[in-house]
Amino acid sequence: MELLNASLVEWSRAQFAMTAAYHWLFVPLTLGLGLIVCIMESIYVKSGDEKWKHATKFWMTVFGINFAIGVATGLILEFEFGTNWSNYSWLVGDIFGAPLAIEGILAFFLEATFLSLMFFGWKKLSKGGHLAATWLCVIGATISAFWILTANAWMQYPAGSHLVAASQRMEMTNFWDVLSPVAFNKFFHAVVSSWVLGATFVLGVSCWFLLKKRNVAFALKSVKIASIVGLVAIVLTILTGHSSAREVAAKQPMKLAAMEGLYDGTTNAKLVAFGIINPSKTYDNKENPFIFKIDVPIPGFLSWIATYDSKSFIPGVNDILNGGYTQFDGTQALSFAEKQARGIAANSALKQFSIFYNQKDTVSANAVWAEQAENTKYFGYSHIDKAADMIPNVPLVFYSFHIMVLLGGLFLLLFIVALIMKGKIEKAKWLQIIALICIPLAYLCSQMGWVVTEVGRYPWAINEVLPLNAAVSKLATGSVQLTFFLFLVLFTALLIAEVTIMVKQIRKGPQEN
Amino acid sequence: MMTLSFLQNYWWFIVSLLGGILVFLLFVQGGQSLIFQLAKNTDERKLLVNVLGRKWGFTYTTLATFGGGFFASFPLFYSTSFSGAIYVWMLLLLCFVLQAVSYEYMDKPGNIFGAKTYQIFLFINGLLATVLIGTAVATFYTGSDFTVNKINLTDLGAPTVSVWNSAWHGIEAAFNVHNLCLGVTIFFLARTLALLYFINRISAKHETILARVRKQLWINAIIFVVFFLAFVIWTFLSKGFAVNPDTQEVFMQPFKYFLNLWQMPVVLIFFLLGVVAVLYGIGITLFCKGNRRGIWFAGVGTVVTVACLLLIAGWNNTAFYPATPDLQSSLTLKNASSSLTTLKTMFFVSFLVPFVLAYIFWAWRVLEKKQTDIAEVKSEEDDY
Repeated sequence: MELLNASLVEWSRAQFAMTAAYHWLFVPLTLGLGLIVCIMESIYVKSGDEKWKHATKFWMTVFGINFAIGVATGLILEFEFGTNWSNYSWLVGDIFGAPLAIEGILAFFLEATFLSLMFFGWKKLSKGGHLAATWLCVIGATISAFWILTANAWMQYPAGSHLVAASQRMEMTNFWDVLSPVAFNKFFHAVVSSWVLGATFVLGVSCWFLLKKRNVAFALKSVKIASIVGLVAIVLTILTGHSSAREVAAKQPMKLAAMEGLYDGTTNAKLVAFGIINPSKTYDNKENPFIFKIDVPIPGFLSWIATYDSKSFIPGVNDILNGGYTQFDGTQALSFAEKQARGIAANSALKQFSIFYNQKDTVSANAVWAEQAENTKYFGYSHIDKAADMIPNVPLVFYSFHIMVLLGGLFLLLFIVALIMKGKIEKAKWLQIIALICIPLAYLCSQMGWVVTEVGRYPWAINEVLPLNAAVSKLATGSVQLTFFLFLVLFTALLIAEVTIMVKQIRKGPQEN
Repeated sequence: MMTLSFLQNYWWFIVSLLGGILVFLLFVQGGQSLIFQLAKNTDERKLLVNVLGRKWGFTYTTLATFGGGFFASFPLFYSTSFSGAIYVWMLLLLCFVLQAVSYEYMDKPGNIFGAKTYQIFLFINGLLATVLIGTAVATFYTGSDFTVNKINLTDLGAPTVSVWNSAWHGIEAAFNVHNLCLGVTIFFLARTLALLYFINRISAKHETILARVRKQLWINAIIFVVFFLAFVIWTFLSKGFAVNPDTQEVFMQPFKYFLNLWQMPVVLIFFLLGVVAVLYGIGITLFCKGNRRGIWFAGVGTVVTVACLLLIAGWNNTAFYPATPDLQSSLTLKNASSSLTTLKTMFFVSFLVPFVLAYIFWAWRVLEKKQTDIAEVKSEEDDY
């Protein structure tokens, strides 16, 4: 059989990344704008003030335009697990499929059913009934996010499962373990950061109305809600981001090392505020990882963030490859070479097991497998060729992480200033312009977060279980290139269509009479 | 009671039921393929689009749930079929993407591609989605060109478990007349159901368009019945992919699918009832003028008939996704399913399905209290 060449894996990654990036352009606005629409309609129902109804309807129309394309790209993403990552689908489908199915049953129908009522039910439901439909639609979207993020979190931290020799795949041991702290952190961080994006969008668009001196009363109402939602959300995003970083430090040390451009581990590790990565740096040369960098001037801040102990040791890329340091759980880290050797032993044992099992000799089969019980967790390492393959794209992860964090700081400042200035924002043209500029920055920030999450997991499709080269479908590279470009053209065309429709709708403004 | 075998069969039932519901909901696609034929002016087009537009989300959601359900319960099917028949599935997904945006963007100001483009998108979705789903499902009875070897996972050079042999990646199924027969059946069934739905939903004020709908119903229903009978008779007379329950060896058995019905009389009774309900729904609409309830009989009949056809593809020791080059690579309920723990977890989750169906029914009733006319559509602020 011909070897799976690298370009197939790269094209398959590119296709999934492209679909996910497009999908994530629309999902955070659905979640964030959805919450703001719910709050506005709640105020309308409580106060009876028709102006709040007009505001609700305006933002709901924008929500609908965005929602359709989000749903479309999401469907592709779900099926791409099967089309492009067939080994992945089989090997971990026992665990990964369940959250997707639950998402369909619990969330999709809730979302779709109440979306219809939300748009077409204004004259058919009571005020309270319509409000309930709006909340249920947005809750449905959020539950949907919970299950898909649970599935993604399991790819970062595959808890509640083990490799079963008889079925030659991973099997679930306990469903509740799949709902790990990593899953909850990921869910809260992704959802509250989506609220930030939604709030930034509403604030920015409202400031455009103020700049144009149009629909001022509507814009001021929207600014008020967006500023409050935005400030609460960004504070929660920072808190959940911190707990996510602690999970990364404990479960994905290579990702943390890439996020910080850390090649040689240290105690009292400092957090890099920003820097320029040295492109010549590799794990096996002695060059400085940075051309230039500025550290946060707090001693041991990175160590503290990771462990709440500013003196703790944070491993770098080389430490993770060479092993020998004490991990956060107190055990000694194995080197890559040791893990690879154990993985190859487990791989041979699985092959032997299969031969005995097919000959109905279950005693010998179980004996072979039991002998390697300690090594089965390293099975995935058997498919990794060399140490260099263990390292993600450090510059990409580093820059993405730092851009995300810096933009997060900017949004915190933006919402604080917007709240302080709320009475005077109508005259603060500079703030209106900044708020408008922040809309694309919020999208950039959101995308960067996913780049850190996904690129940082390299070379694993499932962390420490299944590397990408063993997860991919056996297809001709040309087939993947064909579907890649097909979807690229389609998604880009639809994005252009969406943006032009949305801009036209915004220019039209709310129906205030 | 909760043995692995019971849960494998239970989940095949759930998947079959979801498949039945999905085929019924394809009436939206059938309706989309009729817009150009039925609507002769902008108002009529708007009326049809709005009558269908409030339902597209259900078909879409059911497709996603069907995919998720299959992934969770039979992951080997998910990995084998989707990666192997990739061109078919990608084409199918592509036309569903077109559908999702078409309703929302078609008549919005600032629509740079023009309303006509989105109407063509809807037609493409109506044609391709039905024909491709039908053709793909037919391979459950005729087989596909793949091999599965789980131990490949330990091969450090080529660890792929499921390998598709044809470079056409699923398109080759459309060149098999038996498969295509089901594709055409589903296309005309979807159109027939759409016509029954239009008769149910469109206000009697629109006599002209309703007359066109009734005329089309005759044509589409006859073609559907002819192709349905051809597919069913052909399948029942063909050899099927049987599984030896003791050795799990797959072998060809004459009249396997007919025997499955015969050996499972409850399924046979439901299958016959389903077929009768579909024909009754069509019949009362065609022969009893003024009767608008045909869609309910034909709809329920479709769900039951399709579910029964899928049940006989997997139950009673049958390989539900047969591999033609190597029979032993065929997927069965036993070798393709998830583990006991996962199926058990999903078993409890499936209890929520009646609750979901209840609120969908309620929401449907709220939105469809009276029949739709163009004046009502135009009075809506969020019409399509």
